[in-house]
Amino acid sequence: MKRNIVFALLVACLVAAIPARAQLVIEITSGSDQLLPIAVVPFGYSGASPLPEDIAGIVDADLQRSGVFETIPRANMLSLPSTSENVFYRDWRLLKADYVLVGNVANNGNGTYRVSYELLNVLTQARVGKREALDVKPSNFRDAAHFISDKVYEQLTGIRGAFSTRILYVTAEGSKSAPTYKLQVADADGYRPQVIVSSKEPILSPSWSRDGRKIAYVMFRNRRPSIFIQELATGKQQQLTQFRGLNGAPAWSPDGSKLALVLSKDNNPEIYTLDIATRQLERMTNHYSIDTEPSWEPDGKGIIFTSDRGGNPQIYRLDVRTKNVERVTFEGELNTRARLTPDGRYLVTVQKNDGNYHVALQDMNTGRVQVLTETYLDESPSIAPNGSMVMYATSDKGKGILSVVSVDGLVKYRLPSADGDVREPAWSPYFN
Amino acid sequence: MSVTKLGKFAVIGLSAAWLAGCSTTASDSDTSAMQTEGAETSSTDSTYAAGEDGSLNSVIVDDQAAAQTSADLLAGVATVFYFDFDKSVVRPEAREALAKHAQFLMENPSARIVLEGHADERGTREYNMALGERRAKAIMRYLTIQGVPAAQIETVSFGEEVPVAFGHDNSSWQLNRRVEVRYE
Repeated sequence: MKRNIVFALLVACLVAAIPARAQLVIEITSGSDQLLPIAVVPFGYSGASPLPEDIAGIVDADLQRSGVFETIPRANMLSLPSTSENVFYRDWRLLKADYVLVGNVANNGNGTYRVSYELLNVLTQARVGKREALDVKPSNFRDAAHFISDKVYEQLTGIRGAFSTRILYVTAEGSKSAPTYKLQVADADGYRPQVIVSSKEPILSPSWSRDGRKIAYVMFRNRRPSIFIQELATGKQQQLTQFRGLNGAPAWSPDGSKLALVLSKDNNPEIYTLDIATRQLERMTNHYSIDTEPSWEPDGKGIIFTSDRGGNPQIYRLDVRTKNVERVTFEGELNTRARLTPDGRYLVTVQKNDGNYHVALQDMNTGRVQVLTETYLDESPSIAPNGSMVMYATSDKGKGILSVVSVDGLVKYRLPSADGDVREPAWSPYFN
Repeated sequence: MSVTKLGKFAVIGLSAAWLAGCSTTASDSDTSAMQTEGAETSSTDSTYAAGEDGSLNSVIVDDQAAAQTSADLLAGVATVFYFDFDKSVVRPEAREALAKHAQFLMENPSARIVLEGHADERGTREYNMALGERRAKAIMRYLTIQGVPAAQIETVSFGEEVPVAFGHDNSSWQLNRRVEVRYE
């Protein structure tokens, strides 16, 4: 079976960007004790020329940091089968693996490789799903690996994998007093970073359109902020707003037609929606307090936002049709910059307690609140499109880094950069 | 000799100083490999306002000595004003300097200032953008109460994006919670 379409699409997204220097590296800092043991066996390959990437190694790393799996170290493996016919299940029972992923790579001779894989259940000694094969160009080996990770994750959890997604983030590099700001996009595992925009003036608040083809962000020009939107495939950039005062916090509506944003042109910060095609602006809030950080509900009927209308900043919900506003958060000294999980069930906020800023999760059904993080100055939480993990920015030894926590708070890993501050991660939606 | 002309001279002097001081932070935006589709700055909203562009370049100056007197009014006067955590109240010690800025602006109706508000690193970035603006507006209000026409003042917030102190402690945070007065 061929899956070239998927990879062609992913590659198209990259054309306009240029490679960045500093790559983010994953360090797992905490794990759950209830993980599914799986062995990802190095894929068989008999060709003479070396392969561009170790696909099984990438799949292993994906599954290891997923918060669901525990992978069996290669060094412990008693045999290295590459097809189900060669698997001795006794070997894997000894290692207490519940599942085994085997595969192999063959050179097609036309500039592509055929990557075949099978997922096996050790207990039933049967294949889970079908044997699958992908024809992959050398430049798409990482895409193929993430695709396989997604399939394994979905087969065994019933939840769609988010390994083939990407992240936007902002870096500040160079001297602290006059840094270069870069808006970058990378794979969700931090690999293959590429610079989208670079500026000596601040860039902030990157946000994805729901189809993953466009982004919006705030960039200063001549010491004033403006909201820009940009197509990733072509690099085509449009300046959408340049009002007096704030031009901030753009957030794409689920149908892609509008941006929610913050303007203070009518005196104080208010939430507006901007129809991208007609440029029609609609004021959504009307209060003398700060109203900011809008984010759409998955069905587009409501916008959640931060307001200090009650004294301290807390999260409120705005009904898009009636413009009625109701308060959503009550725990914590303050709650800001909320995001909802794709199913609308959980609200992720930056919550302040005893002077510390942490990422908190509120169950919208029960109201129960759980603080997920314990790092320093946590901010900008962004949720994976399958709702499983939250990526956020934090500070470590005076340096801004990205960190990830599972929504149950058990699994944590970090993505430090080799140099500069990293901030404001925005996890992409699915690309197809 | 008109006061207006004096004022313009002083403004030119200050602008030049600011340009020199700001040369390292001047706009240097580079959209790598991107085609910019013009600044499609637009909106159906009628209150749209573009930023001020410097209209001071063609001013003719005819009295250097008197202009010096006007400029002297701001010599040594503070241009950075600090705030308490999560507050936007103008501190008492700022009043004297702000009164001098107000006097200068009233004597020089063509002078324009930008009040650039900043926040410390704590809290979320867009909320801090709003907080920085609230501080800039507090200074603006102080100046307009003194009689400065609002048309001479623009407020811009940089939130926590442009700190001047880089520690992660109270002393750095204090220095970063500020409004800078910039003459255009």
